[in-house]
Amino acid sequence: MTKPVILDCRDVWKLYGAQADSFLATHPDPSPEQLKKAGLIGAVRAANVRIHSGEIFVIMGLSGSGKSTLVRCLSRLVEPTAGEIRFEDRDLLRASEAELIRIRRKKMGMVFQQFALLPHLTVLENAAFPLDVQGVGRKTREARAREVVELVGLKGREHYYPRELSGGQQQRVGIARSLAVEPDLWFLDEPFSALDPLIRREMQDEFMRLQNILHKTIVFITHDFDEAIRLADRIAVMKDGAIEQVATPEQLVLNPATDYVAEFTRHVSRAKVLRAASVMEPVGEGRFAGDVPHDAVIEDIADRVEAADRPHRVLRDGAAVGQITRAAIIDVLVGRA
Amino acid sequence: MTVRRIGSGGLFWLGLFAATWALSAYSFQIYKALDARWVIRFPKGWQLPLERRISDFLDWLVDSASFYFFSFKDLTRAIAAVIEAPYQFLRNLLIEGFVSGQGDSAVQIAPSLSWIAVIVTIAAIAHYARDIWLATLVGLCFLYLAVFGQWDSAMITLASVLIAVPIGAAGGLMLGIAAFRVPLVERILRPVLDLMQTVPVFAYLVPILILFGFGPVAALVATVIYAMPPMVRITIVSLRAVPPEIAEAGRMAGCTRRQMMWKVLVPAATPSLMVGVNQVIMLTLNMVIIASMIGAGGLGFDVLSSLRRLDIGGGIEAGLAIVVMAIALDRASQAFADRTMRHAPGGNILQRHPWTGTVVLVIAATLILGRFLPAVQSYPEALTVTTGPVWSQAMEWINVNFFDTFEAIKTFILQWLLLPVKKFFAGIPWAWGIIATGLAAWRVGGWRLGLLAALLMGFIAANGLWAKAMVTIYLCGVSVFLATLIGIPLGIWAAERPGAGRVILGIMDTLQTLPSFVYLIPVVMLFRVGDFSAMVAVILYALAPAVRYAAHGLRAVPPELIEAGLVSGCTRRQLLWRIKLPLATPHLLLGLNQTIMLALSMLVITALVGTRDLGQEVYIALTKANAGQGIVAGLAVAFIAITADRILSALAEGQRRRLGLT
Ligand SMILES: Nc1ncnc2c1ncn2[C@@H]1O[C@H](COP(=O)(O)OP(=O)(O)OP(=O)(O)O)[C@@H](O)[C@H]1O
Ligand SMILES: [Mg+2]
Repeated sequence: MTKPVILDCRDVWKLYGAQADSFLATHPDPSPEQLKKAGLIGAVRAANVRIHSGEIFVIMGLSGSGKSTLVRCLSRLVEPTAGEIRFEDRDLLRASEAELIRIRRKKMGMVFQQFALLPHLTVLENAAFPLDVQGVGRKTREARAREVVELVGLKGREHYYPRELSGGQQQRVGIARSLAVEPDLWFLDEPFSALDPLIRREMQDEFMRLQNILHKTIVFITHDFDEAIRLADRIAVMKDGAIEQVATPEQLVLNPATDYVAEFTRHVSRAKVLRAASVMEPVGEGRFAGDVPHDAVIEDIADRVEAADRPHRVLRDGAAVGQITRAAIIDVLVGRA
Repeated sequence: MTVRRIGSGGLFWLGLFAATWALSAYSFQIYKALDARWVIRFPKGWQLPLERRISDFLDWLVDSASFYFFSFKDLTRAIAAVIEAPYQFLRNLLIEGFVSGQGDSAVQIAPSLSWIAVIVTIAAIAHYARDIWLATLVGLCFLYLAVFGQWDSAMITLASVLIAVPIGAAGGLMLGIAAFRVPLVERILRPVLDLMQTVPVFAYLVPILILFGFGPVAALVATVIYAMPPMVRITIVSLRAVPPEIAEAGRMAGCTRRQMMWKVLVPAATPSLMVGVNQVIMLTLNMVIIASMIGAGGLGFDVLSSLRRLDIGGGIEAGLAIVVMAIALDRASQAFADRTMRHAPGGNILQRHPWTGTVVLVIAATLILGRFLPAVQSYPEALTVTTGPVWSQAMEWINVNFFDTFEAIKTFILQWLLLPVKKFFAGIPWAWGIIATGLAAWRVGGWRLGLLAALLMGFIAANGLWAKAMVTIYLCGVSVFLATLIGIPLGIWAAERPGAGRVILGIMDTLQTLPSFVYLIPVVMLFRVGDFSAMVAVILYALAPAVRYAAHGLRAVPPELIEAGLVSGCTRRQLLWRIKLPLATPHLLLGLNQTIMLALSMLVITALVGTRDLGQEVYIALTKANAGQGIVAGLAVAFIAITADRILSALAEGQRRRLGLT
């Protein structure tokens, strides 16, 4: 976590309802009860988030927990009621309209939960839209749009209109559009939740493939824990507008900060989350069946370790830091760990 | 049983009616007994001088108003010039051809578009909008105009429509966008739009006549003003209805405000905006016909002059031409609204645009051929079919054979319905009328509404229009009553039997696209002038919403409630009366509301067939070019409409809340 912070959000509030602003001025830190009494909805409450350059940051929570609203605050699509948001060390909330337009044109991209494609434009024109807005010439922008459309696997459908595409295809157009300008910071609001499991899996793989090529900073919303652990470097869990915990998937499972998080992560398959380093024991005497890296996910090494009758050695930077036994693996797999 | 049903609510209405009836029946005696003439007549001395003020103001505007650099007259001249030029161009293009020089030395540079070219063009547009069938329909409609000798008049009307529609649609769009962006603009526009919707069309013909003089320009100005308000409304609504995520996508792409509007919001709202354009087209056609009274030529003028000459055949011919044109324009513009985006097929330019190619070719070919073959240029007169005499004979036959029947029906309804109701309303003393309206409105919608209703009625009395307003209310009331009596059963029938429904609703759709003027023709032919004719025309015109809302209301009843009824063993009849109709009442009330609005707007036009109501007042003002009189009477009609609208909306709202349908 030594990478620079690209987006820093401090104590951000978003209240909906009459006189939301003046209410927060008089009650700097209202409790949920106070909000309810005032007839306000606390969509986001005292959110603190720091997003590092190059990481995949996942926001999780149940429906209505404020995920979309938080991300809209981060991109300033909605004005937060209070708080501070710094983007690349500039105060985003004080940015002028012109500055904001510049930032969005060059640095930010977003994929929307409901696709939000422009119905009157073809696939190609939709993907080229952000460039069109910037005044890029037709030739250049169409060439670029062709590239991204191909990248998301829609080659051959460039001239279709959104209504002629399936949900999954439409979402890919949304992804292509947000990629056309090569944003540094990429917001994705439940990009896959409208898709059926098969396509969803396929899109996740595609997403991972894209990220391996592109190395963006990504803020990703989902309420599917499996999806979160597949993709996330870190996860923020939200409940009723407040962030309960921000941690790596593994930490979330091993050290839940609140009962809610514990409950939330209870049914997660541990093998998918835990890594070798958290289940290893001190290096013992004797011989080893093989070596595993310290950050290997248990699920990936389970077969190998379980099949061997000797423990595996756990390596970090080439040095042995512990050993992992068959029993430890079985404990994880049956949920005893 | 019935006694128990009449609660305090029933008692209130019963009491109100009884008091009104008593006062109406004995107003004359009361006036004699008290020797107080003010009981039946609003005192002259109290009358507001509004009429004269408005007239004076307009005179001042026309004669001496000036803004620093130019006078008001310059302004109207400028507007006239701006409209005149493209209008003249279209007339040249469609009818007269282009000439240079004047009088005898005029040389024709180019002929007008040939009738073949016009038909092909319009069919091509229809094909672009939908398919070959629509193209055929629209092409046949225009062919009809040529074959039946209505071509020149129809082209004049078409030219007016083609000028007024872009101005009205673009102007409405701009105003709508301004209102969407700036809340203050919307707050100012909203009451203006409300008023515009209820002021009868004749009322603003008068000031426009004074400002622009008799002629096509005045007619076009009036048409644009008349057709624009719905476009403003629809623009506001459809911009608001653009999904917020699409707007956000635009913002995330870094759109400036201007890009946001023109690259995101307006294109995304285009399908709904096209519905607005369809409305503008139909209203424009309606108004272009009416505006023949202030100098728009064309089909409307033909109808008007036939009506004046009592030329039955000519009136019906021109009327049918209007109907045909209305259907063609409506279907074509509706097809544009329904058009869905399809990706274009590949191929070269001609393959991709087969129709554009054809149209260009046909125009060029007829241009050249037309020089040698006059029949190509304009439809040969020898081949036109005149149906006028046929219609005249048919009417004569009907009149000879059915005169007694019609007369009997007319007399019966006059005697047993129209006259008693007229007597009742005419007898109501103005003071009590104001109080009673206020009380009724208060009972339905609270004291604010009561006060508003009383004030609006007071305005009418204070301008000395009480007696005429009562005639308007009586005619409107009877017509609406009969329209509802006919319309709701038709609506029920349409809802219960899908097969019949398609036919009925189809007919209603077509009836609604016809310009109001057209309804006068058969009515005058069959029943001549008078209250009864007016009533029939109003019923015909106002029937559609009663049918439609009834059908829609019944169909909108939640299916689980119908299933609940079926499970409880309801018969079909019980299902209808116990479940569907009560649940549909809010819709029925809205339909009633619409019926009243349409009835009032038609009633003003029936002044042409000799009613003695507010419509006649406006009509007289029009013929005398008395702006004050026209506007005040127009406002009086608008106020009646507003009062009825508010009361019925409050009723529907209350009913909906009671049924938990909010
Ligand atoms: N414009 C708005 N006006 C009022 N309340 C709003 C508005 N937008 C969101 N809310 C409220 O804020 C809360 C959080 O909404 P949000 O859309 O952020 O939830 P979410 O976590 O994205 O849910 P989902 O998973 O269903 O997308 C909800 O209670 C919602 O009702
Ligand atoms: Mg959401």
